[in-house]
Amino acid sequence: MTLPILLFFVFAGIAVGGALSLIFAREPIHSALALILVMVALAVLYLLMGAGFISAVQIIVYAGAIMVLFVFVIMLLNAGVENRTQHSIMARWLGIPLAVFLIGDLAYWMARGAHALPLAERSGSLAAGPVSTQDLSLHLFQSYLFPFEITSILILIAVLGAVVLARREP
Amino acid sequence: MEFVSHHAILVVSVVKIAVLLFIVLTALAYLTWFERKVVAHIQSRLGPVFTGPHGLLQPLADGLKFMFKEDVTPPGADRFVYVLAPLLSFSLAITALALIPFGPGTISILGQQKPLAIAHVSLGLLFLFAITSIGVYGVALAGWSSNSKYPLLGGLRSSAQMISYEVSLTLSVVGVLLMAGSFDFDSIIQSQSGRWLGFIPRWNLIPQIVGFLCYFTAALAETNRAPFDLPEAESELVAGFHTEYSSFKFAMFFMAEYANMITVSCLATVLFLGGWLSPLSSSWHWAWYLPSLLLILGGLATIVDGIWKMRGLARVILPFMGVVLIAVGLLCTRPGVIGVVQGPFWFLLKVFFLLFFYVWARGTLPRLRYDQLMDFGWKLLLPVALANLVITSLVVLLVNR
Repeated sequence: MTLPILLFFVFAGIAVGGALSLIFAREPIHSALALILVMVALAVLYLLMGAGFISAVQIIVYAGAIMVLFVFVIMLLNAGVENRTQHSIMARWLGIPLAVFLIGDLAYWMARGAHALPLAERSGSLAAGPVSTQDLSLHLFQSYLFPFEITSILILIAVLGAVVLARREP
Repeated sequence: MEFVSHHAILVVSVVKIAVLLFIVLTALAYLTWFERKVVAHIQSRLGPVFTGPHGLLQPLADGLKFMFKEDVTPPGADRFVYVLAPLLSFSLAITALALIPFGPGTISILGQQKPLAIAHVSLGLLFLFAITSIGVYGVALAGWSSNSKYPLLGGLRSSAQMISYEVSLTLSVVGVLLMAGSFDFDSIIQSQSGRWLGFIPRWNLIPQIVGFLCYFTAALAETNRAPFDLPEAESELVAGFHTEYSSFKFAMFFMAEYANMITVSCLATVLFLGGWLSPLSSSWHWAWYLPSLLLILGGLATIVDGIWKMRGLARVILPFMGVVLIAVGLLCTRPGVIGVVQGPFWFLLKVFFLLFFYVWARGTLPRLRYDQLMDFGWKLLLPVALANLVITSLVVLLVNR
């Protein structure tokens, strides 16, 4: 077993374990911590596939910014231990079949794609090898300009919404 | 030996990590001594004097004291998170240093040519930000898990402050990125080589002076240092997020803070002060002997000080240290060594200079109020960093055309 494969299994295991403890933890902060762990493990997996930029941005944006806000809000509200409702009818009759379907679907496509190229070779220059700022900006501001602008507007809307909510008179 | 030759990369990495860890931990300890001395002299005091000559054994005494103190966990604390927080703070602060290149070129260890950094990553700057951006959790979680009101307030303040200033910190660096066109620390430093008018070094400090000032201010806030040390404002919050911590866990927060100071100063050196580039012309051959000269002069001063001003054991120890310094200084004139020490010498000199500024700021500036802090960050620092970014991109565009 080579080192990358070994690392893949270690960090895939961490990601799955983190995701499970995210669901099963009773304390909201523990759930948030588990989610951060999942994100960091995913970043390492991206790195193993040769996508260094995505890996770094995953940590900076998700683990370093968004999750900080989550933790901040949980701390500010001092959210207590969750109460478990016993059985949700929705979860039993809809959730379990959906979960089985999702896992089956993923397993099917993975089995079919087992011989496909590694991600690094398929997704072009952004993933493989060192990234120059020029490559990056060409992709961001030429090839993917429209999605980029749409995302910016989406974020702007969220910011405006936050300002409106914060300014509302009591 | 078979193992060593087969896994040379692993072995060399472990050796480099061990060496850097040793150096950094010692530097951390003596940074506390340095800070106490400098702040004391700014305030017309003497600072530590009793533990060893000039209080030089004070860090050791502090470390031992922290190790042997009772380790209290407050009742009602979330044990797992309570232990995790200092570990997270400290390990992240140390990890970030692995990316910093301390010198140019390579040195040969076990027959392998290795760069003077633990990890040479082409996306170095991004990964450094990735590591430091997770550092907030140490402080925030420490505040939450202590189950006490002052730590919680300190943790909340700290996360809000760090998020706010991280924006300006990142934006102030983008100007340098635009000029260098790379995330790689080596290329960023190389892009600053050469001179204007034959004598002014082409460091990013001059065209990016606004960026540098923004960076340095934001960095003060990011590392929770005075005048932005609101998370631990003792007049309002006892000691902020680490109020409930004792013994070595408390020490780990302090070590993390000082390690962050070193990281931030190293990054400022790489980005704005030309990294390991010498400010002096390479045609001046005497400049190569500056490291030795400095060490020998320091050694002589130590000997004189030890023999004439000290009493007791210090009369032996200080001259001995002086002799060691002179020996190292003479070693640095050897043909094989003199080339290798140039890069690290200039790098460390610049880092030391920035650290002195840090301490200076703490010794002179009063702490901001919380609303002043937020106003300053969002209404002054961020617009200035943005304007700097816009102007830099315009200039880069016009020059490259």
